[in-house]
Amino acid sequence: MNPFSSGTRLRDMIRSIRACKTAAEERGVVRKECADIRASINENDPHDRHRNLAKLMFIHMLGYPTHFGQMECLKLIASPGFPEKRIGYLGLMLLLDERQEVLMLVTNSLKQDLNHTNQYVVGLALCALGNICSAEMARDLAPEVERLIQFRDPNIRKKAALCSTRIVRKVPDLAENFVNAASSLLKEKHHGVLITGVQLCYELCTINDEALEFFRKKCTEGLIKTLRDITNSSYQPEYDVAGITDPFLHIRLLKLLRVLGHGDADASDLMTDILAQVATKTESNKNAGNAVLYECVETIMAIEDTSSLRVLAINILGRFLSNRDNNIRYVALNMLMKAIAFDDQAVQRHRVTILECVKDPDASIRKRALELVSLLVNENNVKQLTKELIDYLEISDEDFKEDLSAKICSIVEKFSPEKLWYIDQMLKVLSEAGKFVKDDVWHALIVVISNASDLHGYTVRALYKAVLTYSEQETLVRVAIWCIGEYGDLLVNNVGMLGIEDPITVTECDAVDVIEDAITRHNSDMTTKAMALVALLKLSSRFPSTSERIKDIIVKQKGSLLLEMQQRAIEFNSIVDRHKNIRSSLVERMPVLDEATFNVRRAGSLPASVSTMAKPSVSIPNGVAAAPVVDLLDLDSDDILAPPSSSGADFLQDLLGVDLGSSSAQSGATQAPKAGTDLLMDILSIGTPSPAQNSTSSIDLLSTADVNSNPSFALETLSSPAPPHIATTASAGGMFDLLDGLSPSPSKEATNGPAYPPIVAYESSSLKIEFSFSKTPGNPQTTNVQATFINLSPNTFTDFVFQAAVPKFLQLHLDPASSNTLQASGNITQNLRVTNSQHGKKSLVMRMRIGYKVNGKDVLEEGQINNFPRGL
Amino acid sequence: MGIRFILMVNKQGQTRLAQYYEWLTLEERRALEGEIVRKCLARNDQQCSFVEHRNYKIVYRRYASLFFMVGVDDDENELAILEFIHLLVETMDKHFGNVCELDIMFHLEKAHFMLEEMVMNGCIVETSKANILSPIQLMDKAH
Repeated sequence: MNPFSSGTRLRDMIRSIRACKTAAEERGVVRKECADIRASINENDPHDRHRNLAKLMFIHMLGYPTHFGQMECLKLIASPGFPEKRIGYLGLMLLLDERQEVLMLVTNSLKQDLNHTNQYVVGLALCALGNICSAEMARDLAPEVERLIQFRDPNIRKKAALCSTRIVRKVPDLAENFVNAASSLLKEKHHGVLITGVQLCYELCTINDEALEFFRKKCTEGLIKTLRDITNSSYQPEYDVAGITDPFLHIRLLKLLRVLGHGDADASDLMTDILAQVATKTESNKNAGNAVLYECVETIMAIEDTSSLRVLAINILGRFLSNRDNNIRYVALNMLMKAIAFDDQAVQRHRVTILECVKDPDASIRKRALELVSLLVNENNVKQLTKELIDYLEISDEDFKEDLSAKICSIVEKFSPEKLWYIDQMLKVLSEAGKFVKDDVWHALIVVISNASDLHGYTVRALYKAVLTYSEQETLVRVAIWCIGEYGDLLVNNVGMLGIEDPITVTECDAVDVIEDAITRHNSDMTTKAMALVALLKLSSRFPSTSERIKDIIVKQKGSLLLEMQQRAIEFNSIVDRHKNIRSSLVERMPVLDEATFNVRRAGSLPASVSTMAKPSVSIPNGVAAAPVVDLLDLDSDDILAPPSSSGADFLQDLLGVDLGSSSAQSGATQAPKAGTDLLMDILSIGTPSPAQNSTSSIDLLSTADVNSNPSFALETLSSPAPPHIATTASAGGMFDLLDGLSPSPSKEATNGPAYPPIVAYESSSLKIEFSFSKTPGNPQTTNVQATFINLSPNTFTDFVFQAAVPKFLQLHLDPASSNTLQASGNITQNLRVTNSQHGKKSLVMRMRIGYKVNGKDVLEEGQINNFPRGL
Repeated sequence: MGIRFILMVNKQGQTRLAQYYEWLTLEERRALEGEIVRKCLARNDQQCSFVEHRNYKIVYRRYASLFFMVGVDDDENELAILEFIHLLVETMDKHFGNVCELDIMFHLEKAHFMLEEMVMNGCIVETSKANILSPIQLMDKAH
């Protein structure tokens, strides 16, 4: 290094960074160093490059931006000396990534270095290529790498092998070029070449089925022999770890055998002996041995059925599980999850031990164990396991309660044998961990409660008791408020006592106290307060004696800072005050909520869990619907139309069946009619959930996924002028039906098959365009469109031109218009013919432009038509 | 690809070496390192050496004041990674002679060269200490 050059030495820089006491100080030092490095880069002195880059790597590691040094890497790589190249390549791997364009510049240097006479330079280039190459580089340099797999020096061969794994991952088409080379690597003796060769084969097998078949046929026996050799080999100091020869190679070989044996009985059969040998002979008192055993167990479980081996594997896992070492227990839990798939009984035997692991002080083990327990639950043991878990919930750490309560809820929902038990368990969870419970879970609980008419009294009393003790558990409070609002009279009069209950005395005042407490508590959130307000309104009718007090509480909310609460308080106040005659009918008990629809909707809203959720919703006979719900009522189709309002608002709105939530969010123009329809719709669809309607809506939901691909989609015949996106909500089915009844388009047209209602394609203050549709019989792809242009203004339009554009899958033919002058309030027509090459797959769309002159002035109007009826 | 990243972090939570085998932006890396270090440093010796974080599994092991943390895929053999960490430490020990935090700080590039000989693209290249160190020793002699 040049002692006369400016700037500090690397060592000095590191020292001064180390000496920094605070982060700010460190930033200062780094800033100064970066400034120096930039200056030095600008001077372009090749002697400083090495040092600059070494500094930059340090700075990069600390997490500061170093992009300005990227070009220096390239210069160093291009320089002839090995030390420069080495640091240059290191910088390349650390500071650059495959996404940067700079990287393209290095392709040429890499190519030269791959062909370099010095094998160490070749090694550097291979390593860099293997770590950061992009798809383009992989294509460009694959032939070089392929050649290097056969290089004389094993240290190059092993690097070329790993470099190939990246290349084939980036460009899977290249896989077949490497298959032969990879299989020859498997015959090597050098451990480095062998382990990298095995990894290359593994990679090829996972991306290419033909390669997998090839290796299965040609290499299985060879691999088994190799594994046997290293298992039986005498002591090799270079590779020995705690008495085991190269455990890393062991593990890689077992991994590859796993892929070869999986799904192939013959290959599996071949490896039985060696797997049994590894499983029985490997020392299990050191970590290295356990690592091999662990891998061996995984392979045994993945290959085709060899039951004696599986007994062996399960026994090893049992031993692991009772091990004192936490690491071993952790991997045992991990592996037992996979073992459940083929031997549930064997895993069930360890249930007690696994439950103990749920209570382990170590979070990693707890998490694994909890996952495992939830897989172990079935109809027979659900009560016992749930009891254990809930008991533990009471004493577990705060930060574990969230995971634990979520798991308990899903177990309870899935396997609950009866509603009473379900409600009891959920109340326990809400009492212990109510603040961690997700919305859909307590929504589901309310639906179940609503459906269990014989348990209303019991539930509301149990909730009342619970909420007195656990008033800080938000979701518990919400469910309690809802139930007290609905079933307050059952609470006070001890209606529907079950044998297991102790009678309690609750006055009307006590019930109101609970709700008042919730609404006045400072940390109650918006949803809770909104629910409390509705509950109060309901109670004011159920408990006339408390009416005045409730009015006072409601009036106080007029001063709420939340607009929603203010507005509701004023409205409710006037109901309590002035509309006594309709109040009782307004706040009647909610009709029973429709479980099936909620299950479907909740499942739909949680696509990831559809498969697990679908099962319970089928098994409704066992008492409790397993639940899934998005919101309480099937009403809020408008939260798709309106910007999402807070859940509190939705909830309120749901409860009352009036469009409250969106009123503040929507523009005044559309508000009034919408609220009207919603109300109507709500009353109709909730009040009289006719079976037919329900079935439509669930069909809709189930098939929403293939809306686009399925031309015979049910909605198509439910012709309606509503814009298509409404069709994606569950309640849309109901709404469609209703609208059909209301809309001008006669419903018989809807059931008449493919006739299409006219649409308003465009409307502005001066112009309205209507489209009506007809089909030529025998040619479903082509639609004849008659466009009617209506002048809404008092002026005459001259030089009227209508232009339209369509995407590639459509063909458009425009006939001349009936006239190019559009009189005031007059209309002209024009015929269009649209041919849809994707008929049945895609709907029509069209962009259009209308040009005309008004009083000699050019006017241009543009628009896009998306509301074509489906199936055109 | 088994190994996604390798970190060496001291007791104060300062990164001393970071090698990623997948691309993360600077901000993502800083955030990830911060989260992992906080999680791992909070654990005690009796707890197991594995921490699940985001979609990584972190296998870590403490040597004196230095934590070695390796982020791996979900299907990687955790015990083998633990063994790999030990091999890495042994290799560094063999080269530096009882390796410590300062050795790695002041010879960062050498530490990286060793890693390069051991891991490439997230896979293990070589497990023999002699083979790993020979190119590095060759370079030292040339200087």
